[in-house]
Amino acid sequence: MSEVITVNLKIWRQESPSKEGYFEEHAQKVTTEASFLEMIDLLNEDLNNKGLEPVAIESDCREGICGTCGVMINGQAHGPRKATTTCQLHMREFSDGDKIVIEPFRAGSFPVIRDLVVDRSPFDRIIESGGYISVNTGSASDANLTPVPKEAADQAFDAAACIGCGACVAACPNSAAQLFTSAKIAHMGSLPQGQPERWKRTESMVGTMEEFFGSCTNHGECHEACPKEISLDFIAFMNRDYMKAKVKNRALSGQR
Amino acid sequence: MNQTTSQRYRVKPIRESRREWPFPLNLYQTAVGRKWVMAATGIGLLGFVLVHMIGNLHVYEGPAKMHEYAEALRNLGSGILPRSLVLWILRLGLMIMFALHLHSAITLKEMSRKSSQNASFNGGEKKYEGGRQYIAASYASRTMRWTGPIIALFLVYHLADLTWGWWLGNDFVPGDPYHNLYSSLSRIPVAIFYVVANMALAWHIFHGAWSMFQSLGINNPKYNHLRKGFAASFAGLILLGNLSFPIMTQANLIDEDERLCQVNDLNNEEVLACLTRQLEDH
Repeated sequence: MSEVITVNLKIWRQESPSKEGYFEEHAQKVTTEASFLEMIDLLNEDLNNKGLEPVAIESDCREGICGTCGVMINGQAHGPRKATTTCQLHMREFSDGDKIVIEPFRAGSFPVIRDLVVDRSPFDRIIESGGYISVNTGSASDANLTPVPKEAADQAFDAAACIGCGACVAACPNSAAQLFTSAKIAHMGSLPQGQPERWKRTESMVGTMEEFFGSCTNHGECHEACPKEISLDFIAFMNRDYMKAKVKNRALSGQR
Repeated sequence: MNQTTSQRYRVKPIRESRREWPFPLNLYQTAVGRKWVMAATGIGLLGFVLVHMIGNLHVYEGPAKMHEYAEALRNLGSGILPRSLVLWILRLGLMIMFALHLHSAITLKEMSRKSSQNASFNGGEKKYEGGRQYIAASYASRTMRWTGPIIALFLVYHLADLTWGWWLGNDFVPGDPYHNLYSSLSRIPVAIFYVVANMALAWHIFHGAWSMFQSLGINNPKYNHLRKGFAASFAGLILLGNLSFPIMTQANLIDEDERLCQVNDLNNEEVLACLTRQLEDH
């Protein structure tokens, strides 16, 4: 079943954000049962043994739910397999002698920290600006006190699947973060618990997003790149809510 | 210490948020609002393109009927408002929509360009060494910024050609669209240019008429599958109608030989008078 293949890697190396980057080529022997990150681990071990600097790559859970890993593999975010994170990608997707170009996710607001590690903190800025709900403290409320329609729960759950890996921005020719932001907005905006801040949240999160990222042209590349298959429908949801938010806040002008 | 370090390495915003303009102008300040404007003006322009195409089909009814259609446009709202006033209001609306569509497209493109800067190995525009593999982005969506300028240039040519008569010279008869259309499109290079430009227009509509639903937030899983079909059929309809004019002229199906009011024998006023008489005789 498993076989040992040799892949020719072309990896992005960059010492620090201010240094110039370059490509480095390595041939790596690996079993097809290894995951993509395990393949990089093997490479790093070899580099270490040779006294060379290992390739910096981010990873955490290695089961596709944390959103930490994520690189461009042959020009595709998270590699060729659909709905799969880099850590869940296995070497059986490649064959012997394949050339694999590994690059960091790229966008103006994703500066490279080192090698394949990029700073995705602009996503944190977006979350900070409105990705929360208000809950009254005190004694715990009864379970299931707030009824949630099944459809709303499903929709919110689909949106909440977003792991914030940044593949949408990396794959977008415009470097737009619409899919990420809309998933967060739809996640909270569909649930009753998210209603009090719904319009304020939409306005401020979109506002922060636009400080960092480009403008959506509805290519649909983000959805294809997304390891969690977040739907483009959420972008429409966000656009609709944004327009409503602008109009609604005006209706409340008497309260200022 | 910790804070100063995190502050120093904080990713700086590419653009600062500006002071908000009063509603509804503030919509135009943001990219999402601007896309909304682009979609809304797009709908207006789609409407124009459709009406323009259908109206021009009158050319197949002959010079007199075409003249009648042109006069009807100028006489819109006649009896209540001065002649051509409604037409000029419509034209003004079109110009505003076109200007907004163009301005929002250019500024949003610039915004995306700035957001993709220093995102390549040589510090320029976003680029991947492994080659970008487009999965979803159609050829139409990726060429919007090329088909757009082609359409804009064509529009200028089209107005100069058939509205102002720059290139037809003495052959241009103001108020006789049938004759002008025939004289212009019977030249082969012009016919080819019209075909190319209308193909660009159809490409542009193919993406735009789908994209506008997303930008406006018109999204319902029940009807979503119809959106792409709508865009494709709209683009196809416009393409079919608009391509028929240069092709039919070249195929001599739009022809001047049979017409009763020959342009060569009469001066411009007499041509128009003759066309009006011909209509009354019917």
